[in-house]
Amino acid sequence: MRLANTSVAVSDERAHTAQSLSGDAYATFIHDLYVEFLIMDSHHSYSQVKGVSTGTTILAVKFNGGVIIGSDSRASMGESYVSSKTINKLIQVHDRIFCCIAGSLADAQAVTKMAKFQLSFHSIQMESPPLVKAAASIMRELCYNNKEELQAGFITAGWDRKKGPQIYVVSLGGMLLSQPYTIGGSGSTYIYGYVDAKFKPDMSLEEATQFSTNALALAMGRDNVSGGVVHLVVITEAEVKHVVVPGNKLPKFHDE
Amino acid sequence: ISLLPLQYDLSASTFSPDGRVFQVEYAIKAVENSSTAVGIRCKDGVVFGVEKLVLSKLYEEGSNKRIFNIDRHVGMAVAGLLADARSLSEVSREEASNFRSNYGHDIPLKHLADRVAMYVHAYTLYSAVRPFGCSFILGSYDEDDGPQLYMVDPSGISYGYWGCAIGKARQAAKTEIEKLQMKEMTCRELVKEVAKIIYIVHDEVKDKAFELELSWVGEVTKGRHELVPKDIKEEAEKYAKVSNRSSGNSDEEKKIEWQSLVTATLVGLFSHRIRI
Repeated sequence: MRLANTSVAVSDERAHTAQSLSGDAYATFIHDLYVEFLIMDSHHSYSQVKGVSTGTTILAVKFNGGVIIGSDSRASMGESYVSSKTINKLIQVHDRIFCCIAGSLADAQAVTKMAKFQLSFHSIQMESPPLVKAAASIMRELCYNNKEELQAGFITAGWDRKKGPQIYVVSLGGMLLSQPYTIGGSGSTYIYGYVDAKFKPDMSLEEATQFSTNALALAMGRDNVSGGVVHLVVITEAEVKHVVVPGNKLPKFHDE
Repeated sequence: ISLLPLQYDLSASTFSPDGRVFQVEYAIKAVENSSTAVGIRCKDGVVFGVEKLVLSKLYEEGSNKRIFNIDRHVGMAVAGLLADARSLSEVSREEASNFRSNYGHDIPLKHLADRVAMYVHAYTLYSAVRPFGCSFILGSYDEDDGPQLYMVDPSGISYGYWGCAIGKARQAAKTEIEKLQMKEMTCRELVKEVAKIIYIVHDEVKDKAFELELSWVGEVTKGRHELVPKDIKEEAEKYAKVSNRSSGNSDEEKKIEWQSLVTATLVGLFSHRIRI
């Protein structure tokens, strides 16, 4: 039977009962069915982790003098089709500020496009490069005010003159949190232990690069919806460097 | 300069033949009728001083404030039509609050001054509204950008200053401010000087009693705009009164001196006619 614009599968018996109802009784029937549908749907999506945070591993790490922001490069549709092997999930929103995206790719692209525009306008008005916090706040406002429609989470990282390198997590519902390192996406669940154990504050660039590459490789090795190449962007005061580590150059671990 | 505005001054949407908008100039005049407000920026902060004329003995002390808090780190001292000034302080507060909500950090003072100045300017464009009859001084302190001071007038212009004064005695106050080496002073030293300036420019003949309102924002307040604490204010006022008396520059004293000189001369001339 159709409930507004959604089709709901109910037993034949129930559908048959519905046809004989009228007025208040019918309204109550529909209401109960709708409530049931909502509960069922939320259970339905919880049992499928991929429904909420889809096919990605993203991370950001603060090191001495900058941040490294990294991701895998796989876009998936469902659990078994890889729609792109080489997608770039690291979006530049300003000269020294990047965002990495997790969740619905369409939503993420829409949000980052809007944020990029607002940030550029803000930066021109201020006559100075924007703060990373300002960029993250813009993303947060967009995520929070449109939380019903959107399904995307972000890691915003970059460098600014005031506070140096910073990392902000903007989650699905619009939470904003500052962290020294952070991981996200479906693949992140497999590497919480690794990053918690191996992170050190104030690492050098080489140590931080090795840390990020290892973490992403481990996640890509275990998560079926993360894979491809490793994209890393190193952001410092002086420059922004994009590093790509192809699949065959990734570090190998004992599982392979 | 045309002395008779001749119908060109009826609305803000009209220029005069010599290129002036009279309504805006009249609004500036309204500010000049109000008592003086002074703002000075020093090495590590900004200090505001306002000469608040007490029109009635029945007024509660400390009411009718002329210094407002716009955000934690921004203060605003006003002169002119007080109701207009209050409305603008609400506008500034909203601007600062929206900025913080959107961008997650304190609004830079230059941006706030630009935004409020744009708002004030909008009221100088149409005949349906009148320009705001108040000028105000905005000041803030930030760890990275240091102290900042901006002044906005009814025409909608905003300038950055090291020291500025608005109101009836602004010329006299400006002269006093120019004597200071504010770039090398700290807030604590500056508070006393600001109190002194207000006491100097206060006209004891025309305006009787006044209340001094002092506020500051700087390293000493950790970046928060606050009224100067009572003990520091009393110390500053004491310094101001003493300096004023010793310099003997006030008009009333000059008058008294002159009167006594005349009396003495007359007594001297006619002393031989006095019978006891």
